[in-house]
Amino acid sequence: MLGMSQTHVDYRLSQLDQLEAESIHIFREVAAEFEKPVLMFSGGKDSIVMMRLAEKAFYPAKIPFPVLQVDTGYDFPEVLATRDNWVNRLGVRLIVASVEQALADGIVVDDGKTSRNRHQIGTLLNAIEENGFTAAFGGGRRDEEKARAKERVYSHRDEFGQWDPKMQRPELWSLYNGRIHEGEHMRIFPISNWTELDIWDYIGREGIEIPSIYFSHQRRVFERDGMLLSESEHNPCREGEVAEERTVRFRTVGDLTLTGCVESTASTIDEIIAEVAVARVTERGATRGDDRFSEAAMEDRKKEGYF
Amino acid sequence: MSTTNMDLLRFATAGSVDDGKSTLIGRLLLDSKSIFEDQLEAVEATSDAKGYDYTDLALLTDGLRSEREQGITIDVAYRYFATPTRKFIIADTPGHVQYTRNMVTGASTADLGLVLVDARQGLTEQSRRHAVILSLLRVPHLVLAVNKMDLVDFSEEIYEKIHAEFTQFATKLNIPDLEVIPISALNGDNVVNRSENMDWYSGPTLMHHLEHVHVASDRDLIDARFPVQYVIRPKSDEFHDYRGYAGQVAGGVLKPGDEVVVLPSGMTSRISKIDLFDKEITEAFPPMSVTVHLEDDVDVSRGDMIARVKNAPEPRQDIDAMVCWMTTTPLKPRQKLAIKHTTRTGRALVKDIQYRLDVNTLHRDQETKELGVNEIGRVQLRTTVPLLSDAYAKNRATGSFILIDEASGVTVGAGMILG
Ligand SMILES: Nc1nc2c(ncn2[C@@H]2O[C@H](COP(=O)(O)OP(=O)(O)O)[C@@H](O)[C@H]2O)c(=O)[nH]1
Ligand SMILES: [Mg+2]
Repeated sequence: MLGMSQTHVDYRLSQLDQLEAESIHIFREVAAEFEKPVLMFSGGKDSIVMMRLAEKAFYPAKIPFPVLQVDTGYDFPEVLATRDNWVNRLGVRLIVASVEQALADGIVVDDGKTSRNRHQIGTLLNAIEENGFTAAFGGGRRDEEKARAKERVYSHRDEFGQWDPKMQRPELWSLYNGRIHEGEHMRIFPISNWTELDIWDYIGREGIEIPSIYFSHQRRVFERDGMLLSESEHNPCREGEVAEERTVRFRTVGDLTLTGCVESTASTIDEIIAEVAVARVTERGATRGDDRFSEAAMEDRKKEGYF
Repeated sequence: MSTTNMDLLRFATAGSVDDGKSTLIGRLLLDSKSIFEDQLEAVEATSDAKGYDYTDLALLTDGLRSEREQGITIDVAYRYFATPTRKFIIADTPGHVQYTRNMVTGASTADLGLVLVDARQGLTEQSRRHAVILSLLRVPHLVLAVNKMDLVDFSEEIYEKIHAEFTQFATKLNIPDLEVIPISALNGDNVVNRSENMDWYSGPTLMHHLEHVHVASDRDLIDARFPVQYVIRPKSDEFHDYRGYAGQVAGGVLKPGDEVVVLPSGMTSRISKIDLFDKEITEAFPPMSVTVHLEDDVDVSRGDMIARVKNAPEPRQDIDAMVCWMTTTPLKPRQKLAIKHTTRTGRALVKDIQYRLDVNTLHRDQETKELGVNEIGRVQLRTTVPLLSDAYAKNRATGSFILIDEASGVTVGAGMILG
């Protein structure tokens, strides 16, 4: 379907088409100006939309950069399956950076207190450094969280992969500044201006594959800290927790020991959109254990080099 | 509700500290139901902990820890909300004079500027400066929101005085469309719902105005401008001879069959087809990202521009521009910088700084031959590569550039090309 078919008579572009055009512009700009870009692919809906946009930006040529996935060892199998389908269809190279391997190699250190999600930071930074990537596309959106609301599309990272929110470069018009020094890299957020609803509308419009766990299904779950977590080998019930089968779906995908699901019967994109449109809790607040520790949790992790 | 066919309005907000900007944005988000329960609860909890007897909606937008500690907004924050017909992107910018550069940044992409004043104080030096910056950045629509009307007994007289004073000042600026709206951000009067306390006001509420202001006609649909961003050459068996020029349309309407010129080489050809992903389309217009094909095998690369044969910009190396300087080391004549204009990069030498504009009074200071941080002035540049530019007043995309410090790599200046 042609996105702007109904609107081009008066030369108006719908907001979704405008967002798409902006994101495609960003992908092409980075491919033109950076030596070694990489796309960080989690298999979640945001990174799938990024893949689609990258596909469109360079079509009919292949996406001119590889895809990097940080494997926590606790990923949902449904997500890995979707990842493989995308990578195969587009013929892009997949690099998997494994947290397990990074722990074994002593690149990240397990103090027994830190979550897997947090170990992703070290694993990711190591993969970026080892491969010499100069730009890494991330699926962060500004509507997700307060610290992200201030982040640039081109977000500069120093040699340690850190973000300095007080030293951000001004970003004007659509003139992006991609200058970096040896050892530094740039995080690129091509879908900065998309909201959760835009993402779903786009997935629906494009008819693209997303992991099945986004749709309603039966799952054995238990409650922990007010979240519904999936029972699994890596995530057994603790004392006092009882697992039972419920009808659920996931609003974000991540480390399965930390990613909660919500009770839902939404089994099509349209039903998900209807649900999102009336949702009263942000997706992170509902389902991400790692953002809950403090009000400034996200800002802290971002400074260290989180996605 | 689906966003697929909504249109988009980007607006930038400005106001002095405590004029109520964060409260107003919080109110717009709340009343358009764009705030989620957990966000509201977090804000209520923090307000409680601070001992406030009201919910401080400003906490919804003041994101970074240092800002929360200082209680001020120091960087541009982007906010999103939607009504059934429009999606809004707010660039929430700080009002302090030492953050002029942040305001310039927020205004650069805005269709509309929203300036807040405190009804008790009326127009201040700051509000005048905000209007000047918005007009310099050619933000086509301006709203002056006279806030805290509840603290002046919703006085029509006070509103009228501010209205008259501002309208008078605005005649010196380039503001094609101005609306002055009396509101109370704290209580919501005239924000989304019409105020019962100000029956003397017959204009639109703020939300109504934001939803209905006409922005489609602000784009230049006459002068075709296509900066080439990236050359697509698949080199696959299926697309062996494919050679497409990818980019975002910066002006005008492009159609297959159009006679075009490639700049700066001056070679001419015709558009053979235009691709949008895997579909051929019959017209491309701003801000579409498309791939253009030419009939002839002319040499085209990134940084070139495709325009119409009889309507093309003159390649120029002598640039006359208004520059907003954004770093602490001042800009001086003879300085060399990197410049990025559309998809072209080169180097620029500062030939002269003609004057510094006092953004409060519009006075042109010709004595000082440098620009300090947050200052705006008229600058002459000589560039190593010809720029394929238009006046900023005509086209914001082909009339703007950034200046980059070559040693640090930091963006240090924003330029708007004159004449
Ligand atoms: N009475 C009254 N107080 C307001 C109004 N709008 C904002 N305030 C208060 O003014 C103070 C500053 O507001 P804030 O939104 O933080 O201002 P900002 O610095 O412009 O972001 C806060 O105490 C607000 O509660 C209003 O319409 N009426
Ligand atoms: Mg504020």
